[in-house]
Amino acid sequence: MAEKLKPEEILNISHQPPLTSKGWMDTRSEIRPGMHCYACEPKNLEVVDFPNPRQWSVMDEDWKLPENWKEIFLEGMKDRLDRFRSFKLFMDICVRCGACADKCHFFIGSGDPKNMPVLRAELFRSLYRKYFTTAGKLFGKAAGARELTYEVLKELWYYLYQCSECRRCSVFCPYGIDTAELTIIGRELTNLLGLNIDWIAAPVAFCYRTGNHLGIQPHAYKGMIEFFVDEIEDITGVRVNPTFNRKGAEILFITPSGDVFADPGTFTCMGYLILFHYLESLGLDITWSTYASEGGNFGFFTSHEMAKRLNAKMYAEAKRLGVKWILGGECGHMWRVINQYMDTFNGPADFLEEPVSPITGTKFENAKSTKMVHICEFTADLIRNNKLKLDPSRNDNKIVTFHDSCNPARAMGLLEEPRYIIKNVCNHFYEMPPNTIREQTYCCGGGSGLNAGEDMELRMRGGLPRANAVKYVHDKYGVNMLACICAIDRAVFPELMNYWETGAEVTGIHELVANALVLPGEKKRTTDLRAEPLPGMEETEDV
Amino acid sequence: MSLKDLLIKNKHAILEKWFDIALGVYAEQGQTFFKKQKDRFANPVGHTTSEGIESIYDELLKETESDKLPLFLENIMKIRAVQDFSASDALSFIPGLKRIIREQLGSILLQKEIAEEWAVFESKVDRLALLGFDAYTNSRQRLFDSRVNEVRTRAARLLKMAGIGYDIPVEEKGVKNGKADNA
Ligand code: SF4
Ligand code: SF4
Repeated sequence: MAEKLKPEEILNISHQPPLTSKGWMDTRSEIRPGMHCYACEPKNLEVVDFPNPRQWSVMDEDWKLPENWKEIFLEGMKDRLDRFRSFKLFMDICVRCGACADKCHFFIGSGDPKNMPVLRAELFRSLYRKYFTTAGKLFGKAAGARELTYEVLKELWYYLYQCSECRRCSVFCPYGIDTAELTIIGRELTNLLGLNIDWIAAPVAFCYRTGNHLGIQPHAYKGMIEFFVDEIEDITGVRVNPTFNRKGAEILFITPSGDVFADPGTFTCMGYLILFHYLESLGLDITWSTYASEGGNFGFFTSHEMAKRLNAKMYAEAKRLGVKWILGGECGHMWRVINQYMDTFNGPADFLEEPVSPITGTKFENAKSTKMVHICEFTADLIRNNKLKLDPSRNDNKIVTFHDSCNPARAMGLLEEPRYIIKNVCNHFYEMPPNTIREQTYCCGGGSGLNAGEDMELRMRGGLPRANAVKYVHDKYGVNMLACICAIDRAVFPELMNYWETGAEVTGIHELVANALVLPGEKKRTTDLRAEPLPGMEETEDV
Repeated sequence: MSLKDLLIKNKHAILEKWFDIALGVYAEQGQTFFKKQKDRFANPVGHTTSEGIESIYDELLKETESDKLPLFLENIMKIRAVQDFSASDALSFIPGLKRIIREQLGSILLQKEIAEEWAVFESKVDRLALLGFDAYTNSRQRLFDSRVNEVRTRAARLLKMAGIGYDIPVEEKGVKNGKADNA
């Protein structure tokens, strides 16, 4: 949802190109370690029939490209200019007003001009001018056009993989240009040449083959969740009974696999399990799948076609099991794919039914076409209808703030539900400053497949604006818990918070829900899901 | 007037120039942005840097060195340690302070009663540079620790699942984030 500029503000925008006149084309970009992810392994491209699988390294001079790489790239560009109206439009209409220039967290954290969205796009646009416009063909550099050389390709690659596709810049563009979409197309072109990073290529290959980013086999996936079942019993005294691949269930639950294998996402996963158990007696009929065991879609970071192939697996599983609709967990880009792309990719999912909450009878009209409901919508609706018995004081030692994950916030407008839930399950909630939340939220610095370890320097600078706002509420209100609804956030934030010393730990929202949820027949709870003492129970715990 | 009084009187002008030098390592568009944008949430680098150098300056004017300098330096160095700088670039603004003061106060510094104070102040700045180096390397260390920590977190559940009882040690005793606790 772009902030609408008032007419007088639009008039105030300078139509001079201030940012491109500074000779950026002549400033060489040096590829540096810490600022990029490692190159893709050939086996991970082979699995999905992606071109040019070979061993290569980003720091090498020779990237082992096919001989006709330039032709492939330009053909690919032409093809996409024909196919995607937005691409063509975004290439043409930017007036270089600079409104987006200082809105990217990677620029804010580095001061590197090529991380200004306008210039990031200009790296690409200069090629468009050169090869697809008359002025560019005739006047070259004077018209902002440049030749596609090996060096230009490398520079473009470097900066395409320094954009987390967060879309913050697009909120501020008076023309609605979405630089993230340009990055998406740009990355597609790099994939035509086999120039992916392994942190994306491996999850794609795994997901395609096994159903999730980590390649967890069905039995191991089930084993992991059963492990949580034991932990939940230790903490609550209640044994929950999730079912797997159960045909005829009413609802299929899909969440990012990160929730299943990595802390602190695992506590959120336990949260889902506890909530579902609580709702069972109220009529919830839900199953997990060990095949559609991934909500995330790293295919979205390679090409539209690959995103479609992976997205289709979720719906194929829903069809196979004969469920009525799908409930989705706390994930980021999964929701962008569902909300903005799914219908075109694989929709309409008319073999499913329009989602209705079996507990409250609420119709989720917004999910009429995709048949997939966000768990925050689902839970907020339960709370609103007084269906949950909650004891928020069990979260009293948590002073919470909420990070709007880029995709749920900017790609689906999910702004109120998470806050509504938090306020009902916690007594201490404080917002970060307004220009760092909601539509203007700052990226975690590791979105769009950039959450590898080798690019830690990039992630830390990109995450600085977010961490800076967390530190502020920590210093001001004592915030010690950063809540978020994205698995990449949960993976990226712990070290970001640590490096910038914000004093905050990281949690998903359903972890907080489950801490507060009073289960029928539960034992006297002394710890939260992390096995840390509940407020007032510090003495009873032998820790 | 003592040197200290002069430095207090000229604080604004000196800090302005010191800020310029501190930002001098960034590309032109970066500098402009870091300088112009006054909102601390829209511009954490500019805000932290300007606040940091002011705190450092005030600290240098105190009679005895407090333990706060490392913290102030670290706030700035933590940022520089994840930007494209070499250690020498990241630290270059520190010795720059001497040059600015020399330019600002000129021959006054040669006056006998001031000269002695100036020599002391100069050695404080030298010491500041050394502390700055510590802060920079500590920050780089934190960065590498983060990489290790993350791998550890990712592996922990899987090890547990695989029934491997080995717990990866969290940190060396008494050492946190690459710094001894008592440092
Ligand atoms: S992308 Fe939009 S905001 Fe950015 S320079 Fe172009 S027109 Fe202006
Ligand atoms: S989409 Fe996000 S990361 Fe990419 S240029 Fe825009 S603000 Fe920067």
